[in-house]
Amino acid sequence: MLALWIVLGVVVLLVLWAVFTYNRLVRDRVRTENAWSQIDVQLRRRYDLIPNLIETVKGYAAHEREVFEDVTRARTQAQEATGVENQAKAENEITRSVGKLIAVAENYPELKANQNFLALQEELTGTEDKIAYARQFYNDQVQGYNALIQSFPASLIVAATGGRFAKKEFFDIDEPARGPVEVQF
Amino acid sequence: MYEQIASNKRKTYLLIFLTLVFVGGLGFLFAYIIARGSFAASLAGLIIALAISGAMSIASYRYGDRLVLSTSRAQPVTHEQEPRLHNVVEGMAIAAGLPKPSVYVVPERSPNAFATGRDPEHSSIAVTRGLLDMMDRVELEGVVGHEMSHVKDRDILLGTVVATLVGSVVLIAEFMLRWFFWGGMAGRGRDNEGGGQGFALLAIVGLVLAILAPLFAQVIKMSVSRRREYLADSEGVMLTRYPPGLASALRKIADDHTPMQVANNATGHLWLNQPSRVPGADNHWWENLFNTHPPIQDRIRILEEM
Repeated sequence: MLALWIVLGVVVLLVLWAVFTYNRLVRDRVRTENAWSQIDVQLRRRYDLIPNLIETVKGYAAHEREVFEDVTRARTQAQEATGVENQAKAENEITRSVGKLIAVAENYPELKANQNFLALQEELTGTEDKIAYARQFYNDQVQGYNALIQSFPASLIVAATGGRFAKKEFFDIDEPARGPVEVQF
Repeated sequence: MYEQIASNKRKTYLLIFLTLVFVGGLGFLFAYIIARGSFAASLAGLIIALAISGAMSIASYRYGDRLVLSTSRAQPVTHEQEPRLHNVVEGMAIAAGLPKPSVYVVPERSPNAFATGRDPEHSSIAVTRGLLDMMDRVELEGVVGHEMSHVKDRDILLGTVVATLVGSVVLIAEFMLRWFFWGGMAGRGRDNEGGGQGFALLAIVGLVLAILAPLFAQVIKMSVSRRREYLADSEGVMLTRYPPGLASALRKIADDHTPMQVANNATGHLWLNQPSRVPGADNHWWENLFNTHPPIQDRIRILEEM
């Protein structure tokens, strides 16, 4: 009789543990997904800003066609990219080409004094910072989640539930330059 | 971090409990004295005092942030008015994984900042105009990162309740003291006989509060330990991943000696750096009594060693 109770107790504990661990896995996976959607919001924001930026710069430097095409191409590629790694590559391309566009704009004093351009530049810098911070947050969440699904005994639940808790990929993009922004004249 | 949150919540409840006991006891005592020992009247005094302090506690929990913001003359700003500040606050909120706090600007030339609210869903970050003018983007991120850590750790809840519950008593004590000195002397000439009892009673309340003020100061100091400023510095840097930003901001703040008009002893502990109406090394003993912040040079040194 006593043995039966002990077995029953152990079974109940095991079930409780399994439920608890499963819920923790779900919670952590949802967190990585939420963190990813934060990145997505900011990436879209940047896609929306780019046409405005190009239009504004065009008003002063219409002949810099190559730079405009470069940015537009990078934007289209990024919008069509699938998968974390491809997305990261495409975003790096945007950062690079937009940086070039801004550098070109530096050569036009009238453009640099344009209120619209200054506002766009602030938004772009702000959005790039937010992308970087969203990425930092996402990668931290992914690190915690990946560590959890590989750790024993949580890994037992992961194996038992099939492909439900797959490993997540890090989002690796180039860090924006830190330190005071240097204004070149 | 979770311990810090739990500890802040515990301290908040303890503080509210102590306020109930203190104000309730005070009500009982006064009713006892006025009614010359009648127990029923004392009980009524106790109940009234408990009701008042209960209402005060609820108000400070729910509306404390608004009170702190309005006594600091903080004004809400839109994204269009202050795009850089808004972008930086949103960026730090993303880095911390929190909703974006409301953004306020305090029209003061002294560079400083504070955060208030009861939880991350109801939080506000305010910076002074001087801070906005003085800091570049990276420094601003350092400062906002520090404030965002206060939001994350629920330091804002305890800080706000302390400011409204204990701080308000301190302000009343200061007011009473001033009124007692000036009003008392001016009144002496005119009505020697009249207004005796009421005035005497108020004078006693003022005196008791004034005597107890150092005790309240101690309560503020104990509840908002210096350690948490260091903690917010390092957690803020965890968000920006760039210690020189905050270090440089603090250096600029240390070098600035502009007085702050809205500085007072009730909200002093909330600010990034202890604000002062009379800046400089030789602070008044009364202000030093409420000194809740670690020396800014020590904070800079620690950040530089990171």
